[in-house]
Amino acid sequence: MSAITMRELTKVYPNGVRALDALDLEIADGEFFALLGPSGCGKTTLLRTIAGLEVASGGSVHIGERNVTNLPPGKRDVAMVFQDYALFPHMTVQENIAYPLRIKKVDRRARADKAAETADELGLSALLQRRPGQLSGGQQQRVALARAMACHPQVFLLDEPLSNLDARLRLEARTFLKRLQRELGVTTVFVTHDQAEALALADRIAVMEGGRIRQVGTPTEVFRRPANTFVAGFIGSTPMNLVDARVDGDELVVGRARLPLPEDARGQVGGGERLVYGVRPEYLDYSPTPVPGALSGQVVVVENLGSVSLVSLDVPGDDAAEAPGDAGSTGDAGTTGAGGAAGDAGGRTSVQVVVAEGGEPTPGDTGWVVPRPGRSLLYRDGDLVTVAEAASVPAPRAGAGVQG
Amino acid sequence: MTATTAPSAPTTAPPGPTGPTVAVRHVLAQIGRYTFLCAVLGFFALPLLWLATAPFDDTPTVTASLPQFTLDNFRALLDNPYALSSLLNSVYLAGGTAALVVVFAALAAYALSRVRVPGRDALLYGLLLLSSIVTGTATMVPLFELAFRLNLIDSRLGVILILSGGLLPAAIFILKDFMDSTPTSYEESARVFGASPLQIMRHIVVPVVRPGLATVGVWAVANVWGNFLVPFLLLRGPEKAPAAVIMYTLYTEGGQADLRLLSTFSLLYSLPVALMFVFVSSRYGFRFHGGIKR
Amino acid sequence: MRPATGASPAPDAAGLGRARATGFLVPAMVLILVFLVVPAAWTIYLGVTNYRLTGLAAANPEIVGLDNYTQALGDERFRTSLLLTLQFVLGSAVIGQAGLGFAIAFALRDRRGPLRRLVEGFVLLSWILPSSVVAFLWIALLDRDAGTLNALLGIPGMAWLLDYPMLSIIIFNTWRGTAFSMMLYAAALENVPRSHLETARLAGASTWQQLRDVVFPRIRGHVLTNLLLISLWTFNDFAPFLITAGGPEQRSEILPVYVYKVALSGGELGFGAAISFIMLLINLVIALVYLRMLGRRKEPA
Repeated sequence: MSAITMRELTKVYPNGVRALDALDLEIADGEFFALLGPSGCGKTTLLRTIAGLEVASGGSVHIGERNVTNLPPGKRDVAMVFQDYALFPHMTVQENIAYPLRIKKVDRRARADKAAETADELGLSALLQRRPGQLSGGQQQRVALARAMACHPQVFLLDEPLSNLDARLRLEARTFLKRLQRELGVTTVFVTHDQAEALALADRIAVMEGGRIRQVGTPTEVFRRPANTFVAGFIGSTPMNLVDARVDGDELVVGRARLPLPEDARGQVGGGERLVYGVRPEYLDYSPTPVPGALSGQVVVVENLGSVSLVSLDVPGDDAAEAPGDAGSTGDAGTTGAGGAAGDAGGRTSVQVVVAEGGEPTPGDTGWVVPRPGRSLLYRDGDLVTVAEAASVPAPRAGAGVQG
Repeated sequence: MTATTAPSAPTTAPPGPTGPTVAVRHVLAQIGRYTFLCAVLGFFALPLLWLATAPFDDTPTVTASLPQFTLDNFRALLDNPYALSSLLNSVYLAGGTAALVVVFAALAAYALSRVRVPGRDALLYGLLLLSSIVTGTATMVPLFELAFRLNLIDSRLGVILILSGGLLPAAIFILKDFMDSTPTSYEESARVFGASPLQIMRHIVVPVVRPGLATVGVWAVANVWGNFLVPFLLLRGPEKAPAAVIMYTLYTEGGQADLRLLSTFSLLYSLPVALMFVFVSSRYGFRFHGGIKR
Repeated sequence: MRPATGASPAPDAAGLGRARATGFLVPAMVLILVFLVVPAAWTIYLGVTNYRLTGLAAANPEIVGLDNYTQALGDERFRTSLLLTLQFVLGSAVIGQAGLGFAIAFALRDRRGPLRRLVEGFVLLSWILPSSVVAFLWIALLDRDAGTLNALLGIPGMAWLLDYPMLSIIIFNTWRGTAFSMMLYAAALENVPRSHLETARLAGASTWQQLRDVVFPRIRGHVLTNLLLISLWTFNDFAPFLITAGGPEQRSEILPVYVYKVALSGGELGFGAAISFIMLLINLVIALVYLRMLGRRKEPA
């Protein structure tokens, strides 16, 4: 009933900044939807345009069957939780939660009852008579959520809901928020610049850049198959490796290695074509000894991430056709093997790989990395080379997010 | 100026940590500093001594001295026909002006802070310029003329309007500062819940900026309470004159000044602003606003 | 995290709309227009007439062109008054208030507790008390026969207000207005990082060297702001009238007092307005210098 549909939605500010650029988007009923992107990408403007706080310059917004494009915010039946929560400092928690009902002219008793009931659901009963200034960040966030819930809106809009919490509290609040949304089943749109937050919370994510949507998909889709190099670089706690590559028959020349052409790309690329090869550090397997179909290079940096380590390799470029695989260079502490490549300033690229505990190399080692089957991608002019066009069919309630 | 430079006079001592010289210099600096602060204290306290002692002295003179304690002097206030009524006039002028200034400045400041009114920047610049150059002293001639033409001579309303006009630009600035530093998300939040603009004003904006309104109110009251020139120019008879003017007439007109009356009246007239100041600085902490007075 | 809204300079958060916003502005603007702008403009008009409070010229003022101005500039009394005003501003504002205010703020800079509160309390008290009260306090203090000052100094019969009227009102105004400078400099000194002063002290700088090399460069903007504001206020200060009324023999007749006496006591409104206009022009110059600096200071911030 309360799907949100945007058509050709455009927002141009008086100073000429085009914050939203003819944007089409459908958000399904009951979906938990993330607007993700870097600062200035238009995600907050989009949220505010749905709320009615910004007036669209063109296009339309529908909530359910209603065209709300020109309705004032109060008539849209949406509730918004602001980044700073915007709890009225002069009102108690109870008065804050009851405020939407006060506007709807609900009588005082019913208001108090409803506020108490909502507060109870969110574990705020003990705080009803406090003022916002006396609450912790987490409590303030819950009060803001309670205030949004009190009037049973069709849509929740959350602006950076977790950004004002400290790191530890943020994880707790994330879980809480996801469960709450599941229980209420109300269409919820939230804005975030944190890809991990979007992956963890959302049913689907729209990745935005420069007022446009670059990809819409489930967390799994945007993580495994970023539709373009922008999304590939933005999603994932360690960005995807993007390396120049050249097609040679049904093989791909990456650096000095020859890798099998990704399945998707078969028949889509011509011989000799120059493309960008992409593979996530998580989808590379590290080996201290030579293996076939592997990129190899010298270990430069090892970063301990706790249960895994992030290893950066310097991989020599494509200038020579031969792989350097000389036996013996592995055990050697010296850098002779890769040293030759380091000399040419030509195309050296850095490749990152996630290595499980126990298998970490030390800087200076030479290592080999093999992509897992089906996890390599090819990008032509920044866009994913694939058989079918990237699916933009609404797919509500997709599987759990992949942890980045 | 004195204490801070004096201790460094013996700079003939070689620079750098040379044990005893540093210690001596430090002690000298401390002595210099305290001497200076005591002198400052004396300078600022001396004129005020009389105000503290004379009202309670049974034979007040213009010399400040330890009083023979009495409260009889306050009876002089009741005997003078204008003393108490002038305080009431001051309350009337200060209250009226403060109310006008707070309401009008709040409305204007909100509009200027939140809405892109055409010509806003020019207006703000003009206001800033006007408020600093057009002073009561520089425009007393046309103000008098204007009041005369508008039939506002000898009218308390005239004084209130003229004082308000003079205080408004600065009040708008102070309040706009307050409004600018208030997040717009409060209003937006209420708006998403369906509150009308006027409801938002009443429920959200006014309560949130209340400290700012209080600051401006207090500032306006303090200004009007002490203002001598405007009522002195515009009000003719002693019946309507505020305390500032009556105070002046008490020591300039008619032969020997009645020091009992003068001293008690000074105290009574000074007390409200002093108390208000103590209250404000303890309640809000003294906020530094450029030119909070005048 | 709202780059997009940042692009729109003044979001109308409450949905007030321009019409209502203009309505909000009107009452304040009307009052300002009628009682601030009109008088200022009227000064210009009156200044070129021979308007008088009473008599023939009161009923039928005539345009006399720049006569008032040439008369003023040629008038010995006006030139003296201007000179006295200059002395007053320089002595009581620039040297007195700013100098003493800075010295107090610097002496108190790292102190907390009762001494600071006591000193600040007295300085502020002298600032907030009504001017007609403090004027009398000073008259009493400086009284020839029984003044507290003469009693303290043991020199009865010293007529301060008659023999040294300018010095008296300069010290009076210093006493009265130091609070503003003190508070401004106290706030400015808080902004001088401790580490800078400590670095200078470690390098063996004397107090004077610390002031010159560390403190002043940091607070230069505050110093200029302060000097311009207090100059402006002192230039327009009417309070000395309450003590000396310009006397004796016009020896303390600063411009505001001069205008009052010429125009409202003497009834020469046209001539008074011409003087007023000259005052407005001087105010304008000070204010423009101030605003220019304010603008320049905001830019790098």
